[in-house]
Amino acid sequence: MDNLLEIRDLHAGIEGKEILHGINLTIKPGEVHAVMGPNGAGKSTLSAVLAGRPDYSVTGGSITFSGQDLLAMSPEERSWAGIFLSFQYPIEIPGVSITSFMKAAVNARRKAKGEPEMAPAQFLKLLKEKMAFVKMKGEFAKREVNVGFSGGEKKRNEIFQMAMLDPVFSILDETDSGLDVDALKIVADGVNAMRSPEKSAIIITHYKHLLELVTPDVVHVLKDGKIIATGGMELADKIENQGFDSING
Amino acid sequence: MLEEKDILASAVEKEYSEGFVTDIEQEFIPKGLDEDIIKMISAKKDEPGWLLEFRLEAFRKWKTMTPPKWGHLSRLPEIDFQDIIYYAAPKSDKDRPKEIDPALQETFDKLGIPVGEREVLAGVKPKDTVAVDAVFDSVSVSTTFRKTLAEKGIIFCSFNEAVHNHPDLVRKYLATVVPVGDNFYAALNSAVFSDGSFCYIPKGVKCPMDLSSYFRINASGTGQFERTLIIADEGASVSYMEGCTAPMRDENQLHAAVVEIIVEKDADVRYSTVQNWYPGDSQGRGGILNLVTKRGLCRGENSHLSWTQVETGSAITWKYPSTILMGDNSTSEFYSVALTNNYQQADTGTKMIHIGRNTRSRIVSKGISAGHSENSYRGLVRMNPGASKARNFSQCDSLLIGSRCGAHTFPVIRNMCPTAIVEHEATTSRISEDQLFYCNQRGLGPEDAVGLIVGGYAREVLSRLPMEFAVEAQKLLSVNLEGSIG
Repeated sequence: MDNLLEIRDLHAGIEGKEILHGINLTIKPGEVHAVMGPNGAGKSTLSAVLAGRPDYSVTGGSITFSGQDLLAMSPEERSWAGIFLSFQYPIEIPGVSITSFMKAAVNARRKAKGEPEMAPAQFLKLLKEKMAFVKMKGEFAKREVNVGFSGGEKKRNEIFQMAMLDPVFSILDETDSGLDVDALKIVADGVNAMRSPEKSAIIITHYKHLLELVTPDVVHVLKDGKIIATGGMELADKIENQGFDSING
Repeated sequence: MLEEKDILASAVEKEYSEGFVTDIEQEFIPKGLDEDIIKMISAKKDEPGWLLEFRLEAFRKWKTMTPPKWGHLSRLPEIDFQDIIYYAAPKSDKDRPKEIDPALQETFDKLGIPVGEREVLAGVKPKDTVAVDAVFDSVSVSTTFRKTLAEKGIIFCSFNEAVHNHPDLVRKYLATVVPVGDNFYAALNSAVFSDGSFCYIPKGVKCPMDLSSYFRINASGTGQFERTLIIADEGASVSYMEGCTAPMRDENQLHAAVVEIIVEKDADVRYSTVQNWYPGDSQGRGGILNLVTKRGLCRGENSHLSWTQVETGSAITWKYPSTILMGDNSTSEFYSVALTNNYQQADTGTKMIHIGRNTRSRIVSKGISAGHSENSYRGLVRMNPGASKARNFSQCDSLLIGSRCGAHTFPVIRNMCPTAIVEHEATTSRISEDQLFYCNQRGLGPEDAVGLIVGGYAREVLSRLPMEFAVEAQKLLSVNLEGSIG
């Protein structure tokens, strides 16, 4: 089967400073990959470049997504193509309710595909279903996006949005950081529910707790802007027991 | 594939979709302003002598006055008042109150303004109907639902009709809130006003539907000088909405209106405006000079007046809907969203004059500046010595989009009463790259993202508008911001 994502010799950075020094990574449809690494390894740069954050620049290499040149696409085009980024630090949008935000997002991608807006009744049904899935109560829909949310609520909101938008490829950027056991379970359920032969994900994390709950197909170790090791869960175990320094490229 | 000029045309259309001109035979009076012109306007309207006297007195006052210069409005041009046509009307006007001219019907249909009752009457939800007074250049061309309203004793008609049919009410209230010589533009309006809406809600009557005035400038070289007078008698209540548009032209056109509202004991008036006059093009050419005086008097105890305005249009906006809180325990609010883009300039705000005891006011102003625009909040909160235990709370927020625009706040507080409390809060913020990227990642394009963020910022104000107005206002905010980022 064709690859869903193909990163070739990717060099990228921010404000003129190169952070990723030649990343190679291939993800097939249906695969979940974990990317582990210490602080400053370039994990967030990788997720930012995949999602098309404008302040990051790519200085070399290529990224192909579903056969398309991903780097030529705007962030919203990447979203329409089915890429979802669960933000490490979700952003507040005062005055905009979760309902309005999701309605705009759902209909923006329908519009991009030339489909009509989702009927209100159908939208509300979807909203309720996905809220129940992340165990959010009714008033959640009326709350302003991420305003006054606790850390755990913000992360659950990201998983909720992921469930709403039904992406082909999800990037979870340290979604597990700072979560209690219950919230971690919700995140894991979110990822597991999404798994299918067509859908893939990258889980960026420091810890193996989330990985134990979702069991990735491949584990990569990112250090100093390079992937220094690729394997299975045994890599995560080794890091958990002996630290990142035990992995040598 | 679209031709380039079609793409351009559709882009312009998107910017200001109300910019068309109606091809209709109109009558004009000669350019210029003197006592003869005023007599001519008065004669056109077949006015009684007292009103002509009122106009002439205003004109004599106006001649002694000079335009105010204190607004933060560097692009407000010197206006040649002799180069304006003060009266323009569709020729068919004389046939009123027969059927509305089909060309005008079409114009208002295009603007989405229901000037016919049939459609709405055929609908099942009479609760959602709106009575409309449609003013085209200098005259009111249609007022709907008059009969339904008359059954309740409500008078809703053009100002000119009120002068003829209800002269006692007009004489009793005209210029009691905005005196003839109140300011330069109010004096000009008092001298040359041509039409507008009149509304009287009798004692104890709750108006069964929203009332609305829709102002349309069509003719070139003219100004619009309408006069609106709203009276809510004891215990009455009404929700009033006002909308306005004009064609796209390279010249500036003057709009100098006066709105007066009298709120008696226990009465309640909610006045909403969505101002979408042509703002000029992206280079700052043309656009309406919107120089208006709006003021309400909470005359009776427990009276209530609320102003909600969404100002997205006009090249220049100079406007301060204000309330005089005279009756004890009277309350007033001013909720405003003012958006400026390209080279627009707005100097807008409110005055809350507390006279009565235990009066309360609340000001929520949300300015949004983009492009090369300048957006100012100017406000006065005055607590007179007798306004014991009066309170005001003001919140003035500014949102900047891009780095070439300006946001300014000029709040004045004059508290002469030791037991009165005045609170003022102000913030200035920008739309962050993070917010935009977050929205983009969820599939919203840059302009949709800005529209959503701005809508959220303005929500507190937009939520005060009647439903259909709120939807329109939200759309206008997005449309008027097009091209403001990138």
